[in-house]
Amino acid sequence: MAAEIRLENVFYQYSQSKDLALKEINLTIKKGEFVAIIGPNGSGKSTLAKLFNGLFTPTEGDVWVDGLNTKDKDRIWDIRQKAGLVFQNPDNQIVATIVEEDVAFGPENLGIPPEEIRKRVYEALKTVELYEYAQKAPHLLSGGQKQRVAIAGILAMKPDYIILDEPTAMLDPVGRREVNNTIKKLNREENKTIILITHFMEEAVQADRVFVMEKGKIVMEGNPKDIFSKVEKLKQIGLDVPQVTELANSLRAEGLDVRGDILTIDEMVECLCRLL
Amino acid sequence: MPIIIKNLSHVYMPGTPFESVALKDINWEISDGEFWGLIGHTGSGKSTLIQHLNGLLRPTSGEIIIDGVNIADKKVNLKEIRQKIGLVFQYPEHQLFEETVEKDVAFGPKNMGLTEEEIAIRVKDALEAVGLDYREVKDRSPFELSGGQMRRVAIAGVLAMKPKVLILDEPTVGLDPRGRDEILEEIVYLRKKYEMTIILVSHSMEDIARLVDKIAVLHKGQLVKCGTPKEIFKDREGLSSIGLDVPQITHLMYRLRERGWDVPTDVLTVEEAKKAILKVIRGKGYARA
Repeated sequence: MAAEIRLENVFYQYSQSKDLALKEINLTIKKGEFVAIIGPNGSGKSTLAKLFNGLFTPTEGDVWVDGLNTKDKDRIWDIRQKAGLVFQNPDNQIVATIVEEDVAFGPENLGIPPEEIRKRVYEALKTVELYEYAQKAPHLLSGGQKQRVAIAGILAMKPDYIILDEPTAMLDPVGRREVNNTIKKLNREENKTIILITHFMEEAVQADRVFVMEKGKIVMEGNPKDIFSKVEKLKQIGLDVPQVTELANSLRAEGLDVRGDILTIDEMVECLCRLL
Repeated sequence: MPIIIKNLSHVYMPGTPFESVALKDINWEISDGEFWGLIGHTGSGKSTLIQHLNGLLRPTSGEIIIDGVNIADKKVNLKEIRQKIGLVFQYPEHQLFEETVEKDVAFGPKNMGLTEEEIAIRVKDALEAVGLDYREVKDRSPFELSGGQMRRVAIAGVLAMKPKVLILDEPTVGLDPRGRDEILEEIVYLRKKYEMTIILVSHSMEDIARLVDKIAVLHKGQLVKCGTPKEIFKDREGLSSIGLDVPQITHLMYRLRERGWDVPTDVLTVEEAKKAILKVIRGKGYARA
């Protein structure tokens, strides 16, 4: 049984719509990878997210999670346990009045014994660094903390795959940094597979692989350096590049020996210091 | 139509165990035609503050003087104030409700009791001001439009009342980079065309840095700082300690300085950064490739 999420020739059409939301999607995400999906509004990213864990099933084609087909109704709860979804608005995802009860909600529904649930909640809250908030009311937390509670709720189900659909869109800069650090940690230390959908290019550069979607199709795929060095193409699609990448490109245009595939502040600093 | 806020405080649920101070002794002056950015982390009081500016919330104490009238006074006609001060909430598209775009945008002006002709002109102007083709969208259901278009229809609904002050609470949340840039460009255009005063609430330090004249920083219900973008973003540590940040490009300048580069740290845009870096490199006699 392959440890991966695989989409084979997937098409998706919403029942009220004439147009296809997704067209001919073929992709494989291996266990342990960190992938980012970027694309303009309406390009099909969120639809795709909901296909990964069987919240939607394809109109045509197949989605396999560790060899299980999401169309297999008998295995849907196994699939949802393996692949958890975190949404944009933390306020819509919190169901309980105490943080630890909220995190326990998922495993309780899986019918796990109370002792084991307690252990999982404790571990999940430790991982997202909110253990000391276990007894607090979620509505008193900041946006970034609430979103980390939502992530802890998914972690307590012990999934291998975590899909995050614009998890930082509504957060302030610190909240965004907290959630991004948590995502990185989940991938590097907890070995979770991360599928991150985002409009922030600075977040996408952290991934191992980036998929670019446009009008329901995957139009580009590659490592962040390959993708973000294609500044013109991205802008044409309606996307952007990080500020430092834009700077690198404009310095190159001035004749400086600066690489066009610079993605982070660290890289830019090193590159510039070599020039002097 | 200047706005002067004096010693404004707001307490939610006073006298109960849930009492919480949302705003504390705010003093803020907004002159005609200024473009302000309002920043602060989640829960710092931004939304509470802007809801005072058009009378949606009344202060627990203090004054809000608009055009010489204290709107905290219970006798003031708030309907008039709300026509002068347009407030665009977060996710304004959730408030669309009519069958057609035209009717939705006309809702505000209709309630103002304007003539049919005047309403028709205003609807057309407002839709065009936000970059939508009036003839193409007027008869469509607002719910068939894309997210970015819906948001523009919602903004047009506020513009059709011809406010003198436009307040936008995170107008670009959830939009892709192009949608975001389009909305921001339209705000800049509106300001020029109608000489509006604009207050933009945003978490994007990059957008705030390149667009506004002045920034107000809220923290725990207090206005802790007001100044130009250069003045505000000069204090990286201070901003970081209250949950805010400087633009990525500004971080780069700090890092270069740490490595001994003679570059200013009050650089806020890619263009400024380019100039500063070229100046250092060419100053050291780096030969052009």
